[in-house]
Amino acid sequence: MKAAAIEAPQRYKRYLTWIFFVVLIVVCAIQTDVTPYQLIVGLPQMGTLLAEMVPPDWSYLPTIWKPMVETIQIALVGTMLGGILAIPFALLCAYNVMPNRAVSVPVRLILNLVRTVPDLLFAAIFVAIFGIGPFAGMLAIMFFSFGLIAKLTFEAIESIDPGPLEAMTAVGANKIQLIVFGVLPQAMPHYMSYLLYAFEVNVRAASVLGLVGAGGIGLLLDRSLGLFRYDRAAIIILLTLVIVLVIDYGSTVLRRKLL
Amino acid sequence: MIEFHNVSKVYPNGTRGLNNINLTIHQGEMVVIVGLSGAGKSTLLRSINRLHDITEGDIQINGQSITKASGSGLRRIRRGIGMIFQSFNLVKRSTVLRNVLSGRVGHHSTLRTVLGMFPAEDTELAMDALERVNIRDKAYSRADQLSGGQQQRVSIARALAQQPQIILADEPVASLDPLTTRQVMDDLQRINRDLNITTIINLHFIDLARQYATRIIGLRAGEVVFDGTPEEATDEVFSHIYGRSIHRDEVLGDHPPGEDIVTVIPDPAPARTDGVKS
Repeated sequence: MKAAAIEAPQRYKRYLTWIFFVVLIVVCAIQTDVTPYQLIVGLPQMGTLLAEMVPPDWSYLPTIWKPMVETIQIALVGTMLGGILAIPFALLCAYNVMPNRAVSVPVRLILNLVRTVPDLLFAAIFVAIFGIGPFAGMLAIMFFSFGLIAKLTFEAIESIDPGPLEAMTAVGANKIQLIVFGVLPQAMPHYMSYLLYAFEVNVRAASVLGLVGAGGIGLLLDRSLGLFRYDRAAIIILLTLVIVLVIDYGSTVLRRKLL
Repeated sequence: MIEFHNVSKVYPNGTRGLNNINLTIHQGEMVVIVGLSGAGKSTLLRSINRLHDITEGDIQINGQSITKASGSGLRRIRRGIGMIFQSFNLVKRSTVLRNVLSGRVGHHSTLRTVLGMFPAEDTELAMDALERVNIRDKAYSRADQLSGGQQQRVSIARALAQQPQIILADEPVASLDPLTTRQVMDDLQRINRDLNITTIINLHFIDLARQYATRIIGLRAGEVVFDGTPEEATDEVFSHIYGRSIHRDEVLGDHPPGEDIVTVIPDPAPARTDGVKS
């Protein structure tokens, strides 16, 4: 009797949750005119586009090689600079390192602010400021990875073993010595893993930056699509896919060794 | 010399952690603090190097008030007090040597320590400290590759590297097995005798307290209820400190038969509701 009385409201709640989500999706779809009808109507066109992509224009490969390398370089420099900038910020907003809320709370606010801006918006803003080219793209990637790495790292710092920090306080260490001897050795593997993860994400992000004029392979992709050269678009997508796969694989192997 | 003058600690929620403590601990003493968990042992120990602040009174370390110290003055007093923790508190991913060298940071400039440029004498000192606890050969191992007893010895070496006048040990053997427990206690005793370092240890094994201490201090509900030699600390005294009879798990045992230093009184289960704050 008692068991049944406890179980009944749980099931009831579960049904309600499902109904809520179904209603939510249907309402959103109706309001934005997203209907299965459009998918069916658009399907033949999708077929045509795919057909035009085959065979890919292999002769285009030498032309796209250099911008592809540039894309990776943008991602690499942006990730490194953003990652370095993230360290002091992550330390400043971790409550166990910076118990003073007057410092940590405003720094967290800045981080949240940075993280609300999508990478393409960053790129568009920096293109407007510094002009078209990879520098704007690099800055966009830098700010984007700064927000991501700082957030993940400060959460890792807050979860470290407090014991060594207590021990460092007891030996008479000052704040900086406590961070270098107590915090960094514990947080470093996490930080390196986030850095690699950000690089993975950034290579993908950097390959569309060209759409807003921020350098890299995206510019050629945009041009090929504009000229209806889907065979060229196909080779760009294929090369990006290969590079992303190689970097994903390499970074996964490295991260497994770190943790 | 450590002096407690009318020391009290009241927590923000109104609980009295320590109540009007007056103690003088002389250089070279081996003091064991006993009491139930919650009696204020840890608070008392941690107030000595001010890992915990007190709310009333004054604590003086060799004539200097640590209660009134702040900033670099506080750090200078702390570097003269080594501390050993129940959970060792080592950086597990760092090498043993780096963990021991971290005990030296109070003696050098921030820049020098951050760059890891410890003078050669410091490395020598660290190696000697490891030698003293018999794990010199582990200097370049990562701390997490060591057993619990070895890790606790690394933390003793870290405290030694500070060249302290005082060593505080908060339940140093609570997470060790009986055999390593005796080895670690032997290390602490030898260091206390050889280097004349004042050693204050929180323990909950009463036979260990009697065996190693030169002086036993009993705490009950934040007050000193016993202060005397191990010989004076009879079973009746311990029952008074604990506010009840002694349990079997408060005796480490493991000594040859016939040499029982404690008679375990069987504890009638309902007799524990005797108003003892725990």
